[in-house]
Formats: sequence, C-alpha cells, structure tokens
Amino acid sequence: MLLMTTGSPLVKRGLADMLKGGVIMDVVTPEQARIAEDAGAVAVMALERVPADIRAQGGVARMSDPDLISAIIETVSIPVMAKARIGHFVEAQVLQHLKVDYIDESEVLSPADYVHHIDKQAFTVPFVCGATNLGEALRRIAEGAAMIRSKGEAGTGDVSEATKHIRTIRGEIARLHATYQANPDELYAAAKELSAPYDLVREVAETGALPVVLFTAGGVATPADAALMMQLGADGVFVGSGIFKSGDPAARAAAIVKATALYNDPAAITEASRGLGEAMVGINVADLPAPHRLAERGW
Amino acid sequence: MSAVTVGVLALQGGVREHVRLLEELDARTVPLRTPSDLVGPDGLRVDALVLPGGESSTIDRLLRIFGLFEPLRDAVAGGLPTLGTCAGLILLAREVLDPAPGQQSLGVLDVTVRRNAFGSQVDSAELDLDTVDGPVNVAFIRAPQVVSVGPGVDVLARRDQAIVGVRQGAITGIAFHPELTGEPLFHRRLLETATASTPPARSVA
Repeated sequence: MLLMTTGSPLVKRGLADMLKGGVIMDVVTPEQARIAEDAGAVAVMALERVPADIRAQGGVARMSDPDLISAIIETVSIPVMAKARIGHFVEAQVLQHLKVDYIDESEVLSPADYVHHIDKQAFTVPFVCGATNLGEALRRIAEGAAMIRSKGEAGTGDVSEATKHIRTIRGEIARLHATYQANPDELYAAAKELSAPYDLVREVAETGALPVVLFTAGGVATPADAALMMQLGADGVFVGSGIFKSGDPAARAAAIVKATALYNDPAAITEASRGLGEAMVGINVADLPAPHRLAERGW
Repeated sequence: MSAVTVGVLALQGGVREHVRLLEELDARTVPLRTPSDLVGPDGLRVDALVLPGGESSTIDRLLRIFGLFEPLRDAVAGGLPTLGTCAGLILLAREVLDPAPGQQSLGVLDVTVRRNAFGSQVDSAELDLDTVDGPVNVAFIRAPQVVSVGPGVDVLARRDQAIVGVRQGAITGIAFHPELTGEPLFHRRLLETATASTPPARSVA
C-alpha cells in the first residue's frame, strides 16, 4: 500500500515550480483559452471580465460562473486557475469543488472581508496571492499561499506598479539576507517591522529567497514588459488585459511567451516585438484616483 | 576525474531544482536554451541531459521556435544519457495521448504516454514508490503515465498498476519529480551512466 499525501505544501508549491519561466493568461471564453494554449501559455486564468473591463464597468466583481470555469477546464489541457474574492472562503470551496488547479485570492475582485484573508492551509487546492511588499507576501505565505505574484495595477497596461512591487519585494529580501549575515540578532525586530512570522522571516533571511515562486502581474502589455519583469527577478508573468485587449491577441500572446523564455536576449525580444499591431490602450496609474487602485486592496 | 557536465533544458519549468540536486552530486550544469548551448564546433558540449518538468506543450513549442527540437532529438537518439521527468518524459515519448493541439514530441523513447493521467492538481500527491533501483519518496504533479511500452523498454516503477518509470538504453523517463523531494537516486544513476560512456577526450575538457 502506498503512503500518499495530497495538498501538502510541497505538492502545492510544486505546481508553481513547474510554471516557472512561463506566462499565465487571463481568458474570458473557451475560445480565448484555446488561443492562449496554442500560443504556449503555461496556464490560463478563467474569469468573466478581464481587469480592464472590471475597471471600466465598475460594480462588485465576484467569482466567475461555474459553467464558464467548467467549459474552460474542458477546453484546454494546461492548468486552469480561477479567482476568488479576498476572504471569500466559500467561493474558494466552490472553485476547489470544480477542480481548478490553482485559486487566485485576488484584489482584482471586490474584497469579501476587509480583515481576514482565506485560511489557505485548510484547502487541498493551492493558492496564489498578490503582494506589494515582502511583509504582505509573508503574511499570505503564513496563511498557506503556495505562490506569490506582485500585484501591479491590474487592467491599466501601465507596468510601473508591477515594477515597483517586484523591486520592493526583491530589495527587501536582499536587505534581510544582508542583515542575517551581519547582525542575525536584528531579525526579531525585522519580523516585527514586516508584521510577519519570525520563522518565515528567518527562512527568507537565511536563503535570500522566498520559500515559494514569485510571479509578477498587473499592467504587462508587451514582450518587453514581460522580459523586464523577468530581468527584475520574477519567476514568471501573469498577463491579464494586455493580450485580449490588444489588436492581435494570438500574435501578442505567442510573442510574450517567447520574450519571457529568452528574457536576457535583446535580439530575441526585438524579433518577438515586431508586427504585433496595437497594444492595449491603457491608463496611466498616476491618473487613477486612489479609490480605484486595486493594489491597495489586501493587507 | 573531472566532473560530468549535464545540460539542463531551461526553456521553462522546474529547472532550478534539478540544477541544485545535480550540483549537490558534484556535477557541472549548463542551462540549454539555444542550439549552440548543446552543440559546439567540436560536437556535443554536455555529457548528459536532463529534461525537467514544466508545461510540456509550452516546452515543445519553445523547442521548435528556438530551433532546439532537432539538435536535441539527434543528441538523445545518438545515445546521450538522458533523464526526463514529468513533462520531460512526455517530450521523450514516441506517442502522446491527450496532447495540446499541434503538440509534438521527440519520439526517442518507445513508449506511449497520457498527459495529466492522475487528475487535476487536487489529486497531485507526494508518495513512497518502489522502483527497480530501490524505494524513493517523490511528488506527482498533474503527472502523466505510460500506457504502453515497446520492446527494449524496461519498466522501472509502477504506481498501483500504472507504469510511471521506464528505461531504454541510456534514456530514463519518469512521470514524477524526484527533484522536488530531493531524491538523488535517478540523478546519481544518470551521472554514473554518463561517466561510463564519456570518452576520455571530453572528460578532460
């Protein structure tokens, strides 16, 4: 008889490990999911509205219709992710029942709880969560997140917030690692400042890395944007509105996949950038009034 | 004796974990992204090959886009000791069931594999497995299984009835991830095979 464990941290983090170097694409129909798979996406995010439309249409944004998610799972052979509202553990129960491969507890949807995030350790299905800084990332990991993505500012096509968040997280990790080497007794105060559990802070300080995969998200619209994120140290890229709000989604999707794989090769990124037609129009984050900034949701 | 040089296909997926495990076993590793990483003017630049886990349809597509598909196929078919895990097993297989549209494989290992044969991620699991080389603790992540093997292919491991590990000559294909649990058995065996088959000229290079 085999001794078998499902839903362990290793198994949950393991799928994220296999997504490294890849592009995860937002899709709102089975047809878009097929285009994403054909373009070389490592996974798709099934949702009803891409962030740009959620932003434009307003209202409360919730988990997608189970019929839509099931139809997308039926259509593609690659992993399917879906979003639950922050703190909405029943949406997460539904998504686990639907056998999605990953749940994104996402600030792109309207939060269901302004105090508590989902207790992700209680689930077999793994979770990815957004973070704008290291403390936030470690709080999510303590709750059971098996993958972190920098938040960026979804639905804008403006990559500046994604840049800020990945630089912040990577920079804080580097400083923690330096503290560990110089003055390990200062890690207690560091844990307090980060508002994160000491054991996790110490682990990051010792290894100089997050214990889970770090992707980036929010505002990526071009092959060069994706390669920028990878050169800044992301393990992979989520692309939301940037593909299916552009002029030629299939070509743009394939180009972003190429640029993500060969992110250190300017010749390859140049080739991938040619002839893609119009990028999504976009909104400058600086022009967004504060209440409409999604990255500020979650804590 | 100089270290064995292992090329680890690094287009997408769980590359880092293989590199770490190989370096713990005192191998030298080289990431493979372009044809010139694999083949130089004097022939092959590596003594062995690891095809890691990842998304097999993505890796296949990138192999073809970057012109690595044929050089890799020729190197493995030419006898280069090779270990493929999960998506790597799928890439090696002669036939792939439930492929993504247009998905191809190198066709160098005489087996038929079914992608994602054990269910979705909630069915992914860590488990203890008996193999012909000894017991191992490994992870199955949306794993494939081998549904048929040709003559000359040895079965290394089964999970219940399903074939999950095979060997044909210098090629080993496994449906699971020893690199996630840090299980060194298969990598050690790869390095032994490479050491035994490496001509002296290359081992001093």
